[in-house]
Amino acid sequence: MQLARSTLSTAKQSNAWNKFQKLSFSVATLPSLPYGYKDLEPYISGEIMEIHHSKHHNAYITNLNAAMKNLQKAEAESDLSTIIKLQVAIKFNGGGHLNHSIFWKNLAPTSSGGGVLNEGVLKEKIESKFGSLEKLKDELSASSVAIQGSGWGWLAYDKVNKNLSIATTSNQDPLEATTGLVPLLGIDVWEHAYYLQYKNVRPSYTKEIFNVVNWKDVQERLIAAMKS
Amino acid sequence: MKVSAALLFALISDKTLAFVCPSGKVTMSAGGGVTRREALETSAVTIAAAGMGLLASSSPVRADGPYYLPDLPYGYEALEPSIDAATMKFHHDKHHLAYVTNANKAVSGKEAVSILDLQKNAIKEGTRNAGGGHYNHSLFWTTLCSESKSGSPSSALSSAINSSFGSMEEMKTKFNTAAAGVFGSGWAWIGVTKDGKLDITTTPNQDNPLMEGAKCTPMIPILGLDVWEHAYYLKYQNRRPDYISAFWNVVNWPQVSKYYEEYASKGAGVPVKG
Repeated sequence: MQLARSTLSTAKQSNAWNKFQKLSFSVATLPSLPYGYKDLEPYISGEIMEIHHSKHHNAYITNLNAAMKNLQKAEAESDLSTIIKLQVAIKFNGGGHLNHSIFWKNLAPTSSGGGVLNEGVLKEKIESKFGSLEKLKDELSASSVAIQGSGWGWLAYDKVNKNLSIATTSNQDPLEATTGLVPLLGIDVWEHAYYLQYKNVRPSYTKEIFNVVNWKDVQERLIAAMKS
Repeated sequence: MKVSAALLFALISDKTLAFVCPSGKVTMSAGGGVTRREALETSAVTIAAAGMGLLASSSPVRADGPYYLPDLPYGYEALEPSIDAATMKFHHDKHHLAYVTNANKAVSGKEAVSILDLQKNAIKEGTRNAGGGHYNHSLFWTTLCSESKSGSPSSALSSAINSSFGSMEEMKTKFNTAAAGVFGSGWAWIGVTKDGKLDITTTPNQDNPLMEGAKCTPMIPILGLDVWEHAYYLKYQNRRPDYISAFWNVVNWPQVSKYYEEYASKGAGVPVKG
């Protein structure tokens, strides 16, 4: 009887530990840029890249970690009201973290192939869906420019239709979580992404950014999305 | 680009032309918005500028509609160091102008109403972005002034602040938190609610509390703070809280007090030029 009881309490403890581990969120950390702050010049200034990465993205991470810690506490206390209240901060800061983590990889210096779309499945799909790379650029730029307030323009993969599509999200809403579309290429049109260099002329930014788009990364995301 | 004097006069008589003044200010004139005398005064400067080849290379902006860009009541540098001159220039001459242009497009073919009156149904009628943007900014410029002229709230407004928030400091703390907490683009507002008290609320993008359906506390705004990044980024970058603190240095309290006493406390929205 005693043995059974102690086995049962050990089992309970280990279940509790497993439950705790599942509840634990790995603290988010700021990913390094795959290039130097100035390496996307003259298309995106070093000043913008430094503030964008080390201040804005960093703040999303700090605030995400704080929100997740509060979530953990609320879950432990079964405080449903607080759990629900925290969703806004998690969506905003978590979305900010997801979006920017994609964004840094979506870009590459021209010296590393930024701006060049090579032959491959991405090029085929772009030409079949949009007619040409130039037409895709025009459409994605126009969609991004038209966003009112802050948000992102996306080239996405639609798993349902098995095709590329263009989408937009507002604020830091993460694309896949909110729409099911898989993000391939994001254009950040929050003013902080371009204002110091382009001021109010968002259309110039959404045109010039294509000079540093890392189409290799975009293709890798497409291939992964097509497989999943 | 040189423009002949004859052409300028022809355009003036049309009464639907905007001029780019050498100072960089844009004055829009459209049916009833600007008097012929004002348009002529502006044109005299413009003709001189044209003669010196000083006109901007962009073509004159046409204001095809009832709305126009109101002049700033002060120079671009008047709010320094709290709000920098470059920001004031871009914010007024580019951003606000775009809202005016788009507001005119949005109401094209419809009966003209004042920009204040456009706000109530802006969400229903699809004018929340351009129409809201035009109202919000037109109000905003008038609630700011150089630090030396900032003054303090009138006794009526002071009483209302104290009774609604406890004190001026408590009001500012609540406002600062709200303004810093806006996710994305938007505005923070102080206004008079239905029960006659002052309260603080925020709106996304170019919405304002006058709009039916706006997701905020309904109120008649007397003072707003633009927290779109374009409002502060050149000087403050990501440091929005620093911008919010500095804002208090350049609030035109006599004007805000007037808005409270003559309009909001009586249940009327604040009218603006434009």
